[in-house]
Amino acid sequence: MSRVKELQKSLFAGTTSNARQFGMIFTLVAIVLLFQILTDGLTLNSSNLISLVSQYSYILILAIGMLMVIVAGHIDLSVGSVAAVVGIIVAKVMQEYDLAWPLAIVLGLLVGAVIGAWQGFWVAYVGVPAFIVTLAGMLLFRGMNQYIGSANTIPVPEGFREIGAGFLPEVGPDTGYNNPTLLLGLLVCVAVVIREWRARRTRREMAAEVWPMWISVIRVVVPLIVIVFATLRFAGGRVGTSFPISGIILGVLVVIYSFITRNTAGGRHIYAVGGNARAAELSGVKLKRVNFLVMLNMSVLAALAGMIFVARSAASGPQDGLNWELDAIAAVFIGGAAVSGGLGTISGSIVGGLVMAVLNNGLQLMGVGIDRVQMIKGLVLLLAVALDVYNKNRGHFSIIGSLMRPFRRAAPAATTTPIESGQEPAKTPVAG
Amino acid sequence: MSDAPVLLEMRGITKEFPGVKALSDVNLVVRKGEIHAIAGENGAGKSTLMKVLSGVYPYGSYTGQIIYQGAECRFSDIRASEQAGIVIIHQELALVPGMSITENIFLGNEPGRGGVIDWKAANRQALELLARVGLQEDPDTLIKDIGVGKQQLVEIAKAFAKNVKLLILDEPTAALNETDSQHLLDLLRGFKQRGVTSIIISHKLNEIAQIADSITILRDGRTIETLDVKADGVDEDRIVRGMVGRELHSRFPDHTPTIGEVFFEVRDWTVRHPISPDRLVAKGSSFTVRRGEIVGFAGLMGAGRTELAMSLFGRSYGTYVSGQIIKDGKEIVLRSVSDAIRHGLAYVSEDRKSLGLNLLDDIKTSIVSAKLAKVSRRGVVDPVAEHRAAEGYRTSLRIKTPTVDEGVGKLSGGNQQKVVLAKWMFTDPDLLILDEPTRGIDVGAKYEIYGIIQQLADQGKGVIVISSELPELIGLCDRIYTVFEGTITGCVERRDADPERLMKQMTSAKKA
Repeated sequence: MSRVKELQKSLFAGTTSNARQFGMIFTLVAIVLLFQILTDGLTLNSSNLISLVSQYSYILILAIGMLMVIVAGHIDLSVGSVAAVVGIIVAKVMQEYDLAWPLAIVLGLLVGAVIGAWQGFWVAYVGVPAFIVTLAGMLLFRGMNQYIGSANTIPVPEGFREIGAGFLPEVGPDTGYNNPTLLLGLLVCVAVVIREWRARRTRREMAAEVWPMWISVIRVVVPLIVIVFATLRFAGGRVGTSFPISGIILGVLVVIYSFITRNTAGGRHIYAVGGNARAAELSGVKLKRVNFLVMLNMSVLAALAGMIFVARSAASGPQDGLNWELDAIAAVFIGGAAVSGGLGTISGSIVGGLVMAVLNNGLQLMGVGIDRVQMIKGLVLLLAVALDVYNKNRGHFSIIGSLMRPFRRAAPAATTTPIESGQEPAKTPVAG
Repeated sequence: MSDAPVLLEMRGITKEFPGVKALSDVNLVVRKGEIHAIAGENGAGKSTLMKVLSGVYPYGSYTGQIIYQGAECRFSDIRASEQAGIVIIHQELALVPGMSITENIFLGNEPGRGGVIDWKAANRQALELLARVGLQEDPDTLIKDIGVGKQQLVEIAKAFAKNVKLLILDEPTAALNETDSQHLLDLLRGFKQRGVTSIIISHKLNEIAQIADSITILRDGRTIETLDVKADGVDEDRIVRGMVGRELHSRFPDHTPTIGEVFFEVRDWTVRHPISPDRLVAKGSSFTVRRGEIVGFAGLMGAGRTELAMSLFGRSYGTYVSGQIIKDGKEIVLRSVSDAIRHGLAYVSEDRKSLGLNLLDDIKTSIVSAKLAKVSRRGVVDPVAEHRAAEGYRTSLRIKTPTVDEGVGKLSGGNQQKVVLAKWMFTDPDLLILDEPTRGIDVGAKYEIYGIIQQLADQGKGVIVISSELPELIGLCDRIYTVFEGTITGCVERRDADPERLMKQMTSAKKA
């Protein structure tokens, strides 16, 4: 058992939350393989992977913001409505005032910021629980969407649609593959190698024990295999399709926000506030400012997600963003965040979101109706969090132990590393 | 009184917690119809003894016998002891603020049949009970709408509803003002006349001397003596002698202080209670700290030492009314914790688990958390610098852990306290305020922490130590201020410090 733990520790360089992620990645891989078999290879087929990314990228973008909200000890129920109202405003200004689409995107983000400031004000400075503020926001902004759009659907222009429905362009020599996607894959491969190299260097500078070389090799080679496989899949799809633009936006956001939550003082403060607000305050953390910014940020990301969705569906309508908050919240909790705040990672939430996405997608491919898909998703959420609570009550972390027991003798690492570093852009969608 | 029949006898009670013997061979004899006080310093074992008696610590978790009304009792929980007529009223009242007086009195004990409450009977009984405790208040009033003094009376009424024969009051007057306290004491006298026996735990020795028939003194988990107030002519001084009468062993590292000039001064500091604005938690407090000096603050629980310290530390407690802080000759205004940290103040809370640490964090994250800027560049934390800083404290403070990546939740109390100390040492403070720095940690770790405190002073910092253990203050501090109900009642130099003198100043408002 301790062997397994040690290995897992050196492979994931981590603490308990990473250990939780380890279990999630394991689950994700298992689900992907299961559906790959059940759907006769349809799951990992080029066009399915591409549509999976473009179909779920906006939910995953929401999950990034939601993770920070939940880590700070709050919740945001309004994201779907915020996305909808931003979508309709942007569509309307482009249709009626002929605003250029790049400016419309900027406007959309600004509207998101204003809405976020509104909600953040009530949560942080007045002290109304976020559940109430955003429940009110959910109604308020849903109504505002229908009021502004007169409950109609408003189409958006061609250029704007790129952010939701666009792909990397076909350029360069005819290789039989989409060249920019190949290049992107290559960049990600290089990033993985550099990252591992830098991690080793940091350990050495800390004068700490550096893990053996073979572990580094596994930590690099396994992701590389996955990336190469995925790159070829994404680049080798139907001509005109390749890696979606929305996936690239998502990847960039994942990298940025992982960095913020992990490596910056501001990110530390979010965890401190969620872990023990009074202690954080007595350590000089500006509680109100942190809460305000977290809520503000969530609405900006909701605005972005809304615009990507509108771009993908080519029009903004009154039913946009319905129940998105639930998907985003589910992703975060499946990804190992604690209900009471203070725990959780961006990469964990992305993995959690992918578990839901693959489950959804796989079941649909198998022809399971939406009714039963919902039932299964609900049970998965309940089980994942129940397992977490159970482990917490026992006072120590054992999800891995329970997962690994049957595999104790087999090397567990090789099959489970693929998306260890959720913050590498193209890798997260890849594993799906 | 000594000829009255014995109601309760606790014989040879010993209670151990992992690593600590909280009670060893304690004996207590309470006679029918008397008011019996239990006195002792904080940590002497008073509350533990009462928890044994009331079944909080069930039979089997302690050794010894409880003989009550002539028969041995083996209480399995609080309900069992209440059934026998033993009711304990804790310092923190167990009332539901949003429910009415009647509802609270009968909570868990509702009159009626088959789960249906007979409100008529309940209200009638409530009125009777309220009359017995002398509380004139509509029984439908919500608990949150009456003052803490009246809440205390509701608690007692609740005890009567359970047919109490032996009433135990743990620090009943700690939160009460003078008038309410007096009323409560009168009430206890009235109960005595009607044959109710009471056990009272109190830090206010004047009250004990005034009301009790006999006093049992505990010290370090042992019974020291039982005094008969009238026969022995007991006064406050006599009680104090019993409570502190121990010699100081060499529990402190040798230290020769190098004391410089005054660099920190507080003048006329007055702070209001955050919820009840008519209560002042600090009343015109003034004090000074010199460089290299360890200054103690002695006072009983609830005297307002923590409140004073936290209000100085960026107004973290209460509402600021008036007063000045002068540091290095200049007045400074600290409106927030970050102001305080910037001006070189550090406050180590008495409650490290809920106010000092984020138990989800690992050691290194905790240590740098109060001054992240020191290990970051443009807001980005440098993991190498962070690790190096944490490693430095791990070795210098001897924090027992394999690596600084471990979670702080897993550490022992002493090591957690070292992490909190490291966290505040990392902010390079000029003045450290340590609130109960050795609470709940074992003797060995205490010794180490005393050493750290002395080192900090030797570096020219000022250190304020708030402690409820007098021997600790006397052994460690160069100067000790005494606090009583929000007022600084005196200042004693190290050479003049003796427990009796301090205890006197801590228990009366008279300025020494």
